[in-house]
Amino acid sequence: MVRKQEVLQDVVIKFAGDSGDGMQLTGTQFTNNTAMLGIDLSTFPDFPAEIRAPIGTLPGVSGYQLRFSSDRIFTPGDSCDVLVAMNAAALKTNLSALKKGGKIIVNTDGFDGKNLRLANYPEGENPIENDSLANYEVIKMDVTKMTREALKDFTMGMKEKDRAKNMFVLGFLYFMYNRDMENTIGFLKEKFGKKPEIFESNVKVLQAGYNYGDTTEIFTTTYTVEKAKMDPGTYRSIMGNQAVSLGLIAASQKSGLPMFLGSYPITPASDILHELAKYKNFGVRTYQAEDEIAAITSAIGAAYGGSLGVTTTSGPGMALKGEAMGLAVMLEIPLLIIDIQRGGPSTGLPTKTEQSDLLQAYYGRNGECPMPIVSASTPADCFDAVYEAVRISVQHMTPVIFLSDGYIANGAEPWKFPNSESLRPIPVKFKTQLGDQEEKLQPYSRDEKLARPWAIPGTAGLEHRIGGLEKQNVTGNISYEPENHQLMVKIRQEKVDKIAEYIPEQKLDSGPEKGKILVLGWGSTYGAIKSAVAELQAKGHAISHAHLRYVRPFPKNLGDIIKNFDTVLIPEINNGQLIKIIRDVYYVDAKGYNKIMGVPITKTELLMKLEEMLAE
Amino acid sequence: MSTETIAPTLTAKDFATDQEVRWCPGCGDYSILAQVQKVMPTLGIARENIVIISGIGCSSRFPYYMNTYGMHSIHGRATAVASGLKASRPELSVWIVTGDGDGLSIGGNHTIHLLRRNFDVNVLLFNNQIYGLTKGQYSPTSEEKKVTKSTPMGSIDHPFNPLALALGADATFVARTMDRDPKHLQAMLIRTNQHKGASFLEIYQNCNIFNDGAFEIFTEKGSKPTETLFLEQGKPLLFGAANDKGIKLDGFKPVVVDLNLGHSADDLWIHDEQDIYKAQILTRIFDDPKIEGHLPRPFGVFYQTNRACYEDVMAAQLEEAKTRKPADLDKLLKGNEVWTIQ
Repeated sequence: MVRKQEVLQDVVIKFAGDSGDGMQLTGTQFTNNTAMLGIDLSTFPDFPAEIRAPIGTLPGVSGYQLRFSSDRIFTPGDSCDVLVAMNAAALKTNLSALKKGGKIIVNTDGFDGKNLRLANYPEGENPIENDSLANYEVIKMDVTKMTREALKDFTMGMKEKDRAKNMFVLGFLYFMYNRDMENTIGFLKEKFGKKPEIFESNVKVLQAGYNYGDTTEIFTTTYTVEKAKMDPGTYRSIMGNQAVSLGLIAASQKSGLPMFLGSYPITPASDILHELAKYKNFGVRTYQAEDEIAAITSAIGAAYGGSLGVTTTSGPGMALKGEAMGLAVMLEIPLLIIDIQRGGPSTGLPTKTEQSDLLQAYYGRNGECPMPIVSASTPADCFDAVYEAVRISVQHMTPVIFLSDGYIANGAEPWKFPNSESLRPIPVKFKTQLGDQEEKLQPYSRDEKLARPWAIPGTAGLEHRIGGLEKQNVTGNISYEPENHQLMVKIRQEKVDKIAEYIPEQKLDSGPEKGKILVLGWGSTYGAIKSAVAELQAKGHAISHAHLRYVRPFPKNLGDIIKNFDTVLIPEINNGQLIKIIRDVYYVDAKGYNKIMGVPITKTELLMKLEEMLAE
Repeated sequence: MSTETIAPTLTAKDFATDQEVRWCPGCGDYSILAQVQKVMPTLGIARENIVIISGIGCSSRFPYYMNTYGMHSIHGRATAVASGLKASRPELSVWIVTGDGDGLSIGGNHTIHLLRRNFDVNVLLFNNQIYGLTKGQYSPTSEEKKVTKSTPMGSIDHPFNPLALALGADATFVARTMDRDPKHLQAMLIRTNQHKGASFLEIYQNCNIFNDGAFEIFTEKGSKPTETLFLEQGKPLLFGAANDKGIKLDGFKPVVVDLNLGHSADDLWIHDEQDIYKAQILTRIFDDPKIEGHLPRPFGVFYQTNRACYEDVMAAQLEEAKTRKPADLDKLLKGNEVWTIQ
């Protein structure tokens, strides 16, 4: 038969199924396949906090959203064109995100009486049998049956066979979007190379899914999305936590400091520990500590010994590390504290995203305890941002907090990765001997940055003691002198403030220098803000976007930028945190746009808010 | 600990700092400081390779008085700070100075994990059975019914037995000594340093302000011979003013026998530091000396064994990884799948 080929510009697919259905893997495979074609993309995995919630239930649904486009895109999309629903619960949880007229690919086996009951559909009602989905195009396939059929010659048990179901769906989607399957076959070979039967069965089902689309005459159209107009260069796909890991290794290599990661497992930061544990060949020491406090204090011990000390965590762990961060501030020692934020307070929403640790990072310690804060705005940006955080830490002798969140940690995008030679050098000098005028080491003497010398154990003649008690300026001896304490508090603050002289000035991401509205963001709201602002700019509105990487200290020209706009809007996935600091520092009547639902702000929502403001 | 050999040309004075020592006059910490300063120059370790890490409490002021590298960290975390330092700098000689509150209460978790991981470090636990720096609350080693500022009707807590706890965490070196016996203290410091692996040395230390005389029965001339039992490798467990009493095992139960009443030294328990089963019985000899028929309190090395040290295995893994796959940053940044836009 002759099939129509339709060229699309922008597609959003949501893969949804039970946590055990392999939706994350299916999504990642389709993503990599898309990336290799030079199509721009953005992803948003969304999974339950429970590893295996009861099969078939609503809380057990795991989702993976992928948007791909021949245009440059900056968000994973507000609503979907295609929903893959492996069972009734997956349909129920995700239907509201599907566009009217969108396609639903359902596994009919996931809509039997038991699954419908577990998904809380009323007795006798099956959404794929009645007319409740009349506004959508429903593609029904008995994936389970066809998977079993494809594997009828295999000797493995039924349970094992059913595990390949996701490959059938993936194969079908490869057919639907005119894709080559080589990368997935290569992936399966690597993953199951030592278990030939599993490898062969997966490939068999993958091909069966493709062939099902190809030979069944009901699918009259296939789709293609063309290459995006991206900057020339070589790209790879990268997730935020991966980019943090690579950024740390790169910074370790470029500074010549061996890395020590002290970490305690916590969602959504654990992947950095897993990733870094693979790179012992880069001299990376990963230490899974007994708790969050040992994680940071072991990193402090390593930093004291001359390593690049790093600790990774999320909100609850940040709270536990507070006292030790204060110690690092007092010791004036380099240390990276990486907080992949999630919904709080307390255990909160472990697998959902939020930007609600900013005030904790800013103020959440006893005493006057300033620390620089650097934030990342997209998955790939995590690399540059964490690299910058390391540079500030080791060159200014200060602990630095790096903020990311669950959204960008697990999201992926294309990354034009750098060449190692092009990375900015991070020169670090340990103090190796006494200066001409020195009789003994003055551990709290300072350079022009107000940074103190880093003299590490093993250096003869520089033996000295440091600690958490207030110390005399220059000598570092314990001091309870009233004037000295005030002096030291001011110096520690000034040292952090001074970093503003060593970071780039704030630039507008887009828009005119003067105008009606400045949308000021930080962190993972970048894509939504950029997309919404771009639409309004195209309509001729005087609206601009500035996105902060350096949250403490602020770039020194930020106040001047803010003054050039009638109104400042600060969208955040929290109850208003950056806004408090901006109001405090710049006395500006900034407006907030706050969403606290554990999910990112969408472009559409923000656009509505901005249109409202423009109409005022 | 580190076995680096250099000519020991330094003296105790070289290990003192110019900082005024601020413990209360008469505090047991003075003796411990003096013995550590005396022993350090004899260990054959370059001064710059010695690092003393402490937490918070009276004992934790220790690093300020030692002219080595040192860190006075935060409450309970000295063991964790030291773990990170030792893991990343295995060649350093790392000493942890902690107390019964610091190391067994707020930092108890880190202590047991340090011991099981067997970092090659020395833990000196100054046990005075009281919180001194916060002015006299009961500690996790204070005896039951102890009346303190926070327990006016007597403490309800059952105390820790620190050595049994250390052994329970699979410590590879467990020993006890006291501030008032400088020779024994020095000998134990030397043994502690010699042991390759996490060494746990409990030091009975008198707090003459808030808990004066807590260990008097073990330390004073009159009662010391009958109330203490000094362990020596390969020797029978003897005690008493005339060394005429001994400990014998009756099944698994240690019992006191009198050598004047027909028992000979051959019948006694012979101390074997390598014997984990006997070591567990030894640590359990922890009777309240006020109770009739109690056993004497043992001092010395209870247990010593060799087990791989965390930092060595970690370093070996790094070496192996480097041999298997040399580090190539560009390859790492590139990853497995790339595409090019013209």
